[in-house]
Amino acid sequence: MNLDSRIPGGPIQDKWDSRKFDLKLVNPANKRKYKVLVVGSGLAGAAAAASMAELGYQVECFCYQDSPRRAHSIAAQGGINAAKNYRNDGDSVWRLFYDTVKGGDFRAREANVYRLAQCSVNIIDQAVAQGVPFARDYAGLLDNRSFGGAQVSRTFYARGQTGQQLLLGAYAALSRQIGLGTVKMYNRTEMLDVVLVDGHAKGIIVRDMVTGEVRSHAGDAVVLATGGYGNVFYLSTNAKGCNVTAAWRAHKKGAGFANPCYTQIHPTCIPVSGDHQSKLTLMSESLRNDGRVWIPKKQADKRPAHEIPDDERDYYLERKYPSFGNLAPRDIASRAAKEACDKGLGIGETGLGVYLDFRDAIARLGEPAIKARYGNLFHMYGKITAENPYKQPMRIYPAVHYTMGGLWVDYDLMSSIPGMFVLGEANFSDHGANRLGASALMQGLADGYFVIPYTIGGYLAGQKAGSVDVNHDAFQQTVATVNDRVSKLLSIQGKRTVDHFHKELGKIMWGRCGMARNDAGLNEALKEIPALREEFWQDVRVLGSGQSFNQSLEKAGRVADFLEFGELMCRDALERRESCGGHFRDEWQDEGEARRDDDNFAHAAVWEHKGEVKDAVRHQEELKFDNVALAVRSYK
Amino acid sequence: MKVILHIWRQDKASTNDNFKQDGRMVRYELADVSPDMSFLEMLDVLNENLIEKGEESVAFDHDCREGICGACGVVIDGVPHGPERGTTTCQLHMRSFKDGAEIYIEPWRAKAFPVVRDLVVDRGSLDRIVQSGAFISVNTGAPQDANAIPIPKSDAERAFDAATCIGCGACVAACKNASAMLFVGAKVSHFAYLPQGRVERDSRARNLVKAMDEEGFGNCTNQNECEAVCPKEIPVRVIADMNREYLRAKAREG
Repeated sequence: MNLDSRIPGGPIQDKWDSRKFDLKLVNPANKRKYKVLVVGSGLAGAAAAASMAELGYQVECFCYQDSPRRAHSIAAQGGINAAKNYRNDGDSVWRLFYDTVKGGDFRAREANVYRLAQCSVNIIDQAVAQGVPFARDYAGLLDNRSFGGAQVSRTFYARGQTGQQLLLGAYAALSRQIGLGTVKMYNRTEMLDVVLVDGHAKGIIVRDMVTGEVRSHAGDAVVLATGGYGNVFYLSTNAKGCNVTAAWRAHKKGAGFANPCYTQIHPTCIPVSGDHQSKLTLMSESLRNDGRVWIPKKQADKRPAHEIPDDERDYYLERKYPSFGNLAPRDIASRAAKEACDKGLGIGETGLGVYLDFRDAIARLGEPAIKARYGNLFHMYGKITAENPYKQPMRIYPAVHYTMGGLWVDYDLMSSIPGMFVLGEANFSDHGANRLGASALMQGLADGYFVIPYTIGGYLAGQKAGSVDVNHDAFQQTVATVNDRVSKLLSIQGKRTVDHFHKELGKIMWGRCGMARNDAGLNEALKEIPALREEFWQDVRVLGSGQSFNQSLEKAGRVADFLEFGELMCRDALERRESCGGHFRDEWQDEGEARRDDDNFAHAAVWEHKGEVKDAVRHQEELKFDNVALAVRSYK
Repeated sequence: MKVILHIWRQDKASTNDNFKQDGRMVRYELADVSPDMSFLEMLDVLNENLIEKGEESVAFDHDCREGICGACGVVIDGVPHGPERGTTTCQLHMRSFKDGAEIYIEPWRAKAFPVVRDLVVDRGSLDRIVQSGAFISVNTGAPQDANAIPIPKSDAERAFDAATCIGCGACVAACKNASAMLFVGAKVSHFAYLPQGRVERDSRARNLVKAMDEEGFGNCTNQNECEAVCPKEIPVRVIADMNREYLRAKAREG
């Protein structure tokens, strides 16, 4: 497997400039001859589709939702980082780069992260020009707030719905191109396979989710912007439809999958309330600007929060990490919450929760100020729990939120399949083993607006436009495989529903490959998952037909892929014999703090498919840290 | 708790204007409902039961389940998104209903929203309206610095109030004329208060109104049902904003 990251030479500040200059250009008159297929319409996909269409390429864009505006980027609440230094508090491109490399626990690729920090400033300019209504101060200038893992105020926000506002900006740009006829949009259309011709990605096979038609689309390049795989845990903050299918199908066709074990468990989510639970809801990290996290000092203290005096409360983040306090990075805050609950200090009926308390901030600033900052989040919390967070502290617990791992890409965001590019959460490169808050929106948009429009030209310039059409044998064969799989799922007619299997898989993943992992548990999971997968293929019940709108069938296909992917995740977690970022191994710790092993694991693990998941081969891309010295990550 | 559900079932996409021929209401009983369940989780439980009995599940749109993607939305006892104000269907919880309640569940009904299956409708008409001009025509590139144009906080807040629209279509479903004016007004108002949006204000107002009419949405007769059901509580003043922008554009046509 070719894992040449193709990072340009020279000082890190000049790498992106020199690559942009070295990339071949496609003549403006020739651009319209090339067709690019973009799968996914979130921040990365919509930004990429719109930007490439503006350049003159023909673009086809696909999303499983009924409108591109609904992609899950929309649910991001807190904000987007940018090194604007509008606060005059010492921020810079270099500091954002440094914070992100350190925040990722030294498992990200330096050159990519530096480019991300450089692009961050353009994103804010672009979004404001599109009409994104960021929060402003009374002088009419843009406001900022702080997020975890940073000591400067660089997060731009739009009330508690920064994701929706940025996505509406990208969706508006995309809609403009659809209206102009330069992007052809396919809603309610799911990618089920990728088509390779002479080793290059030249098309995709999709299923029209309304009619059931399985169809081929040919293009000169394929761009996957299909999000993360957090739903392998069943319960996560992801939308119900988020899935790994596109990435997994690409992996099975030869794309390396990097660091699948890196999953982010977000510290502030609403705790699970019962077996019926279908998803988990995040409470934005921005709440930790004003909320204080605590637990009672006594075990099983059943007094209501307000009756517990201050000296009987443990503000454990402030105690353990005095310089970052409640704004410790996500992996560290999550682990601290788990540790507290493991010791029997958790709160609420289940004991799986900690308090996030606004009492002091309300006393200091008044309720109206808190309402102005977090009103919609407090409202949402009230709706879900029937509790009033202005009067009693929120109950929170960690939940699966984001996946740092993803398809391996080189510096140009091309996967190990030539002609297949991967953007946003679906790729692996920028967040290492832990993503800092407010960095996901930044990465999705940087990839879509400012990286792929350049790098795709470098690839297309070497390709003959329109060299393959859907009559090519490769398309016919792949359509047949996809149809067979659909028929197979419908023909089993077993006893158990798709959700049953998904929930069972989720329990295995959360128990064995969740916030803490160990050798014994992962080995158990590697027996349990294949057994569950076998049971699925013998006993799943999918009713209805393939030629109609069939939500059970859609889910079945996705869960079938999760049942394979979960095994790879556990293998990756088992082989990574160290603790870093979101990947915590019980065996490698210093009193609850992750112990990295830079001598043996300062690399990205890249898996190559070989027929069965158990046979997948692990490759390594060594990571070099020339600009940020490898050090123990301390937030104390 | 226990509930009795009456749900619109429809196998095939709508074919004609007489929707009563396309499907029918079906009665289901559901026991062991927890008051902490969301409305959609209650439907999940129903669907699991149906599949176990060998019946196809009830199709409904949903995705983020946290009230922001705008995918979900059904008419509950005659009210889009149900009895709680400012709440999407996914954020509605069963504690809002009485034990033993009979609940009637239907899809959005509007000429411009044909039913796809059961409770799922096609809202592509809203996308097409946006494509006609609900954007600022700026290419990706190097615009001026984000702080180069200060925007008064009050204007930014007004723009934001309109921009919170999640495109669910409840406003259309609530309106006896199936008017999309709250939706279109929200788009117009969002850009009208921003200096970046003012360059194209005339063409935007004209194009959006034209597209809205062509899609078969009705007109506004000031009943304000749309505002009452909007999960983001977008005020009807955005319709006034739209009318103002439209009249201004018409007056300036030479």
